[in-house]
Amino acid sequence: MSYTPDPYTFIVSKEDWSLHRKGYQDQQRHQEKVRDVIRQNLPDLITEESIIMSDGKGVIKVPLRNLEEYRFIHNYQKHKHVGQGNGDSKVGDILAEDKPKEEGKGGKAGNKAGEDIIETEISIEDLEEMLFAELELPFMEEKDKKDLETIAVRFNDVRKKGLMSNIDKKRTILENLRRNATSGSPGIHGISPDDLRYKTWEDVAVPRSSAVIIAMMDTSGSMGNFEKYCARSFFFWMTRFLRRQYEKVEIVFLAHHTEAKEVTEEEFFTRGESGGTICSSVYQKALEIIDARYPSASYNIYPFHFSDGDNLTSDNERCIRLIGELLGRCNMFGYGEVNQYNRGSTLMSAYRHIKLERFMHYVIKEKGEVYAALKRFFHKQEGGSGS
Amino acid sequence: MSGEMEQLEYAIAEITEIASGLGLDHYPMRYEICPADIIYTFGAYGMPTRFSHWSFGKIFNKMKLQYDLGLSKIYELVINSNPCYAFLLEGNSLIQNKLIVAHVLAHSDFFKNNVRFSATNRNMVESMSATAERISQYELIYGAQTVEAFIDAVLAIQEHVDPQLIKPHRYDKRQQTEEKIRRAKQANQQTERGGRSGHYDDLWALELHDDTAVQEGQTAAASFPPEPEKDVMWFIQEYSEALEDWQRDIMSMLREEMLYFWPQMETKIMNEGWASYWHQRILRELDLTSDEAVEYAKLNASVVQPSRHSLNPYYIGLKIFEDIERRWDQPTPEEQRRFGREPGKGREKIFEVRELDSDVSFLRSYLTKELVRDLDLYIFEKQGPEWKITDKAWENVRDQLVESRINGGAPYIVVQDGNYNRAGELVLKHQYEGIELDLKYLERTLPYVHLLWGRMVHLESVVEDKKAIFSYDGQKHYRKLI
Repeated sequence: MSYTPDPYTFIVSKEDWSLHRKGYQDQQRHQEKVRDVIRQNLPDLITEESIIMSDGKGVIKVPLRNLEEYRFIHNYQKHKHVGQGNGDSKVGDILAEDKPKEEGKGGKAGNKAGEDIIETEISIEDLEEMLFAELELPFMEEKDKKDLETIAVRFNDVRKKGLMSNIDKKRTILENLRRNATSGSPGIHGISPDDLRYKTWEDVAVPRSSAVIIAMMDTSGSMGNFEKYCARSFFFWMTRFLRRQYEKVEIVFLAHHTEAKEVTEEEFFTRGESGGTICSSVYQKALEIIDARYPSASYNIYPFHFSDGDNLTSDNERCIRLIGELLGRCNMFGYGEVNQYNRGSTLMSAYRHIKLERFMHYVIKEKGEVYAALKRFFHKQEGGSGS
Repeated sequence: MSGEMEQLEYAIAEITEIASGLGLDHYPMRYEICPADIIYTFGAYGMPTRFSHWSFGKIFNKMKLQYDLGLSKIYELVINSNPCYAFLLEGNSLIQNKLIVAHVLAHSDFFKNNVRFSATNRNMVESMSATAERISQYELIYGAQTVEAFIDAVLAIQEHVDPQLIKPHRYDKRQQTEEKIRRAKQANQQTERGGRSGHYDDLWALELHDDTAVQEGQTAAASFPPEPEKDVMWFIQEYSEALEDWQRDIMSMLREEMLYFWPQMETKIMNEGWASYWHQRILRELDLTSDEAVEYAKLNASVVQPSRHSLNPYYIGLKIFEDIERRWDQPTPEEQRRFGREPGKGREKIFEVRELDSDVSFLRSYLTKELVRDLDLYIFEKQGPEWKITDKAWENVRDQLVESRINGGAPYIVVQDGNYNRAGELVLKHQYEGIELDLKYLERTLPYVHLLWGRMVHLESVVEDKKAIFSYDGQKHYRKLI
């Protein structure tokens, strides 16, 4: 075939498209919007079981309902569709089955295009970053400096003499290049002792800080799974938050019903006991432990108590007195009440009247409020610095 | 490298010649070889020069991810323009490109000759570029977030335009609308006075009654728009009191873009069927080595592969075109007698179909009993938790398929009243024909309409066989079942 292409019918070209970045730019804008949605959903996300029960690593899935492009559409579920079979389809064949009532979570079978719930993944660390950006540690105090300073080394200088193991290769090469260039034979060759450069360090004093959380919880019969779960979510984030602020954070778990004892984390969250409740027992125990192990001169102490509000009425007065004593030793005292049915609460009726700056309380009615509680206890101080 | 380009150019020349010989009438072609991310960008935006918006970024992200994971691949992208741009994926083999070029030439022929495309702007590449430029100017002036939020709202109703091709000479929609209102008022005053000045006044009056019957508690004089208005985008852009000039400008530009894309939505099955039909015919004319033949067969099979549960437009369209050609080539004695159909007219017939039909008429006229059976098409619906095949009667299948293609598959919504309650409230009406709206989406879309209209908005539809009115006043949603 002898056909000469007519240049006007078609043109084939191949250009450099590397500067065409529009797709990536809008992709990034979309991802910013995704982050905004996550930020708005923080209250629900932080109490996700997959996080609270995890080791704090890994990723979780977040549904992105707000980022769907809403418009008027037909109801996919309620209308008929045409499909195609392999030649053997019969009336009555079942093509797919929806899982019963699980909105928004993989409850869709393969062939459905209509309800397309978009999800994104976010690592727990990123989530933490977003959450903690909104929190601040109030009433932080400088503790006894002498004990708490540690010496750290910081490499911040370069000298001509030093230890061979601390040689700064980059600067040595640069020196060599410079010397060779000035002597008229550029390049890297003949490294002389004159070229050698060493990194050296300086001792710096870093204040060492440590904190202890006294996690107290009512484990009496009236504390159900929901109550414990809320408390657990709260302590999960609180611990992680304090770990950011302090070099060392210890946690003491104190469980109580009519009497208090120190337990392991495992026991703390899982064990339930029957019987009544005397809250002052745990405050007394906390005081004992603080006095014995965590002198307030060297520790920032954060006692937090979670309960369902049930207490022996006659015990309330004692509780208030002990809180006062605890506050003498601690940075703050937090009381969280999990009370989903809005029952009358003996403890709150007493605590409501405590007017101490460092005593804080919050009543959690639903899971989403764990976030609100965190924000109440660790709110940003006015004026910003909040020391 | 340049050897490859030469080979490709040679192949394109050959294919172009064959296509022209077979009767395809396409625009001059511009082939551009692009890397994958560029092809996917164009795919997500629908056009290389389109404006920036996060929703395109979202589609791009999804498509690119599928490509990276090897789940899907776009081999080409073709733009309805003159000259016609076709983007080929870098790294396509020569034989892949041969198939694609043949396919793309048929698309170009379709764009040029199908009547649905007769009014499309063939300089849309430049127009969209100008739109993008203007939108980014507005971003500089009014702030990117403000502009973005506004575009979000416009995109929510962008499908509701009126793509009709037949328009009065020197058509000015606004003038027409106002003329109608003026005439209606006049006629109304006359009937009120009881006076008759002409022979045909009673006819005008009849028309009026028809129009106003649907509007409860409103007099004819107040009816605005004079007739239910299909072009919601136009109506809002023209009559909303909440919009600033730049916002009207963006709305009118996005409306133009939608009108440009509309014929492609309306002819998806035909267009893909036509292109698949022709790449097969053309490739038959080429001398392929045995390796090429195998590779071609594989790629062709993946393009026209029937998909389970959903319909592959390439496959359905191809089968219908082949069937039309066969039936007009070899009409049965009965067809010859009843319709006077002469044998051997297959090719002629399919060219006629590609010129005059859209998916709706294509399916309605040419999806036959035999095709429904051979393709094993069925109707399925949800019964309880199960998706079940409920019907295989061929007329029902055909009608269902036709119905799903009406109005490009989008619900048919009109402006019923632009001055409801005499308070400038907007009433949209869903022309219910048995398929309900998704209520969650509906209630999330109304706030967008409210943003555009600036006053309370209502949408009338049908839920569980009862009339239902959904309203939004800027703060709260209201539902009223009647």
